[in-house]
Amino acid sequence: MTIVVTDNCQRCRFTECVAVCPVACFHADADMVYIDNDICIDCRACIPVCPVKAIFGEDDLPADKQHWIVVNAEKSRALPVIDQKQDPLPTAEQRRAELGY
Amino acid sequence: MPQSGTLQVAIVGSGPSGFYAAEALLRAKPGAAVDMFDRLPTPFGLVRGGVAPDHPKIKQVILVYDKIARSPGFSFIGNVTVGRDIAVADLQAAYHVVIFANGADADRRLGIQGEDLRGSHTATEFVGWYNGHPDYRDRVFDLSGETAAVIGQGNVAADVARILATPVDDLRRTDIAEHALEVLAESRVREIHIIGRRGPAQAKFTSVELKELGKIRGCAVSIAAGDLELNGACQAELADPRGDENRKNVDVLRGFAGIPAGAGGRRLCFRFLATPLRFSGPGRVETITLARNRLQGEPFRQVAIAASETVELPCQLVFRSIGYKGTPLPGIVFHEGTGTVPNRKGRVLDREAPVPGLYVTGWIKRGPTGIIGTNRADSVETVAAIVEDLAGLDLSPRPGSAGLLPALQARGLRPVSYAGWQAIDLVERARGEPKGKPREKFTRIPDMLQTIDGGRSTGPSALE
Repeated sequence: MTIVVTDNCQRCRFTECVAVCPVACFHADADMVYIDNDICIDCRACIPVCPVKAIFGEDDLPADKQHWIVVNAEKSRALPVIDQKQDPLPTAEQRRAELGY
Repeated sequence: MPQSGTLQVAIVGSGPSGFYAAEALLRAKPGAAVDMFDRLPTPFGLVRGGVAPDHPKIKQVILVYDKIARSPGFSFIGNVTVGRDIAVADLQAAYHVVIFANGADADRRLGIQGEDLRGSHTATEFVGWYNGHPDYRDRVFDLSGETAAVIGQGNVAADVARILATPVDDLRRTDIAEHALEVLAESRVREIHIIGRRGPAQAKFTSVELKELGKIRGCAVSIAAGDLELNGACQAELADPRGDENRKNVDVLRGFAGIPAGAGGRRLCFRFLATPLRFSGPGRVETITLARNRLQGEPFRQVAIAASETVELPCQLVFRSIGYKGTPLPGIVFHEGTGTVPNRKGRVLDREAPVPGLYVTGWIKRGPTGIIGTNRADSVETVAAIVEDLAGLDLSPRPGSAGLLPALQARGLRPVSYAGWQAIDLVERARGEPKGKPREKFTRIPDMLQTIDGGRSTGPSALE
């Protein structure tokens, strides 16, 4: 099973997921976070804690978000690990409202 | 030897919450000495003794704990029971900070007639037994009857039902204990009822665990058709964002309808809206009497109301899986009702006042909820409280383990170091290899200790 972060994380980056990840498999850039599925143990702790429902298991991943599987794999390989909760991006609350959460 | 000025920290319990507390502490206070106590010679708590043997990927979290255990300042002190071998007061004298991460290992009781009849067990006993936990090594489960029931509809109940329903050949290459494999191979259990007092929209399974119950080789699944008809309040719960996981569960259950049995296969029967009233039989369980319930109340506050209608279910084996609670440790406050230690953000409270230097994390802090990762955030919170409090603590030098271990050894106790665990680990893996198992666990403490002694020539393993 692959677990992926999708576009709802962009401009939010609440990082609640990072706080509960038992294996530190999140990586981040200035925009959002990504999951390294070689490290992830499929525990799914991150899925329900995301305030904007950005994280999906492969079995629940909508058809129009399938490309995020490759994006997560590539970005997590290139970016540093983030293993502690950080402040959300300044645009996070506005973006959350736009997304309707 | 600890240097003067070293922050001495004891963590009681070596499960996920204990390890995440150690990680956060060593990160916040890099020079600290962190001693992690466990009553077993083996670390990792429920990751070793609770996570199901057919869930190997989850167990990979041990790699993270292993890395923490190898960091400077960390020591494992296994085979020492705090509250029995060492008093909490003695820990407080030897350490600046004591963190309880000892979990919730007692079962909640149904409080019904026949609960202690032969054939009625807690899920904890069964899980501990198939996972090779020394406490449950000699439990006897009679699997000669055709019908079993699991009371409760959470992930532990799902694990128990799945292990009972899985063809034994599908478990042979897991780290399940050999003694359990032998008994499961002779099992005559054909039908497993999974009983919950509320409806499918309130079941506590995670949808992933629930889905697995539909994928057991040869195993049929049945659900009474009426049980999937939802009242208005249930439909409102499922339409609410808070009901996401429940909505997935109901979808999974609807998809189960009509999974046929394979050759010689077993059957899982979901029974919703049913409360056990009593277990009965001459000398052992033969019948479970269930009340038929209906739900009443506002969405998310619905309670099960028993109707006068009852059903008798012939059944020879029962596992109660309705939740855990903590057990009180002598020398530390405890709240019976919640089964937790009263605390504020991890600070132990005695009559609302924080007890200096005493903290909790994990299940003993928040109750038995959440999954492994939940403990990471929880322990980070507790360690943040510790760091905030340090300025006000008496930080005069404390001896740490140097002040305790000689006395323990003089009393004939055998504390086990992390190197000792590594010796056990190595031999367990080697024992598993010829069978195609990731490991064959030692299930008796004397065998574990003997293994450490046998490996002594390759390096120090017991604490000297």
